[in-house]
Amino acid sequence: MDALLEARGLVKDYPGVRAVDGVSLAVPRGACFGLLGPNGAGKTTTLEMLEGITPPTAGEIRYKGRPLDRRYREEIGIQFQATALQEFQTTRESLDLFAQLYERNADLAHLIERCQLGTYLDRDTRKLSGGQRQRLLLAIALVNDPELVFLDEPTTGLDPQSRRNFWQLIDSVRRQGKTVLLTTHYMEEASQLCDTVAIVDGGRLIAQGAPAALVAEQFPGTLVRLPRAALPSGTALPDGAQARGETIELCTADAERTMHELLASGVPLGELQVSAPTLEDVFLALTGHGLRG
Amino acid sequence: MRLRRFLAVVVARNREFYRDRTSLGWNLLFPLFTVLIFAFIFGGGPADQYKVGVLAPGGDLAAARHPFLQTPYVRFLVVTDEAAGVGKVGRHQLDLLLDLRGTPRYWINEESANGRLAEQLLRGAVSADAPMPPREAVQGRVVRYVDWVLPGVIATNMMFSCLWGVGYVIVRYRKNGVLRRLQATPLGPFEFLAAQVASRLLVVAIVTTLVYVLTDLLMGFAMHGSHLVLALVFFAGAACLVSIGLLVSVRTRSEELADGLLNLLSWPMMIFSGAWFSLEGAHPLAQATAQLFPMTHLVAAARRVMLDGAGLADVAPELALLAGTTVILLAVAAKLFRWS
Repeated sequence: MDALLEARGLVKDYPGVRAVDGVSLAVPRGACFGLLGPNGAGKTTTLEMLEGITPPTAGEIRYKGRPLDRRYREEIGIQFQATALQEFQTTRESLDLFAQLYERNADLAHLIERCQLGTYLDRDTRKLSGGQRQRLLLAIALVNDPELVFLDEPTTGLDPQSRRNFWQLIDSVRRQGKTVLLTTHYMEEASQLCDTVAIVDGGRLIAQGAPAALVAEQFPGTLVRLPRAALPSGTALPDGAQARGETIELCTADAERTMHELLASGVPLGELQVSAPTLEDVFLALTGHGLRG
Repeated sequence: MRLRRFLAVVVARNREFYRDRTSLGWNLLFPLFTVLIFAFIFGGGPADQYKVGVLAPGGDLAAARHPFLQTPYVRFLVVTDEAAGVGKVGRHQLDLLLDLRGTPRYWINEESANGRLAEQLLRGAVSADAPMPPREAVQGRVVRYVDWVLPGVIATNMMFSCLWGVGYVIVRYRKNGVLRRLQATPLGPFEFLAAQVASRLLVVAIVTTLVYVLTDLLMGFAMHGSHLVLALVFFAGAACLVSIGLLVSVRTRSEELADGLLNLLSWPMMIFSGAWFSLEGAHPLAQATAQLFPMTHLVAAARRVMLDGAGLADVAPELALLAGTTVILLAVAAKLFRWS
């Protein structure tokens, strides 16, 4: 699959700090690409450079094989994480305003229907709920029928119903053949939506691949967790186990045998947790468990 | 520049203005209340002291010698332009004009009670054996305080509207992320700034017209010039004030700082521009400072059109000055503008 957007050796320096340090990535056409990272990892700065909002200190960004130019703004759509719309405008007026800023427009009636905005068209945008507002911001990002859509933490602050509703919307955008580049703090979201994820930490890209492949690579087996207090005193940690605070975690290829060994060593069955590893486990394993930002 | 994008931003900004009832009400009612209050306080009552203009030798009052100059409760003001001084006597802005450059002579407006009384004071100051200076009568229309202050009230309202309506609003857009959202679209900085300027000039034109008409209906005022020339003066002034607001906003990120900067600019302009009180007789430094502010030239030109019936050629220097300043400030603002 050819790359719609490509970045090579991106660097961004701010006074006294290197926010992004040599990030290279390629977003395939038609894919959903997730950019993950803890707070302060440099993912927003990377995203802003890819959006053409912030110029990189060094490195190169190519869209359809050519450097970013004025046409780029016409062909991309952006949903910012924190943004405000002009006040005293209705949903319809906000959509119209942004539609008029672009040469090419999506079919507004279809967009309104797809983003489920029909009921709120004449409502002041300041009176929309969190979910309604996010859907309007997505509609604005799609108003120019873009080929590439940037979604910066699009479901942060939404309730579980609104979040799942939003996932369906993103999925429908993808089915239209659009390329999506999203950032999120929700690993479940990244697993559900993304074909490829890139994990950024300390301004560097530390892992990249399909979510399932990253999980298989990092945790080739089943995860078993037990409270440290459940391990009888004097018992050594099982092979390959790691202590994470008050929890002991181990990844095993043979979950049944590990369970038998733990039960034999006196660990109560009720204290054991057995689960398939997730992208969140990969994320925590790669970026650490310490508190950020 | 794409007209479609420009117009979309103008329409959205205007909508934001007229739907914000508190802002709209303030813009309309503030000047109206101000005129009413000042008309009530100063409405045609006698002045608490007499104002006598003196055409002194070399323009220096200290070099003038005449017993009348020792009279208490009379404020003596140096007048350098004889024609302008005579005009002020005609409009009751001076009670008497005394020429001491050669053989003394004086002008009064026979229709002015204060003028007659000032003449009696002059007569009393001249010793019995000395001849009374020759007298010349002047005729003219009385200028009430409300007539004099109205151009200043309108200009002050325009100043607040232009400075805050552009400067403060753009900083607010930058802080809450509206500018960042617009930056991600094909809208260019020049299109955005031009739309802000056009939108505010339109608002100022409508509000000023409403205030002008309502004030005329409520209390009436003097207008001896052309409405077209007056509109041109106000337009040039508003454009200049908008460009100052724009310059304040180009890099500022904090609304508090923007508010402070706008206050720092607006208060001296309001005080030194002669909008509310004349700077005649003020310290020369204050008068020189006043010349630095566009408001001074706006108020002076508007007053000359309304009170003296000045034509386009008469106010051309002020118009040129305001237009030139606008072009320079807009160019600098466009160059320095940052979305974030």
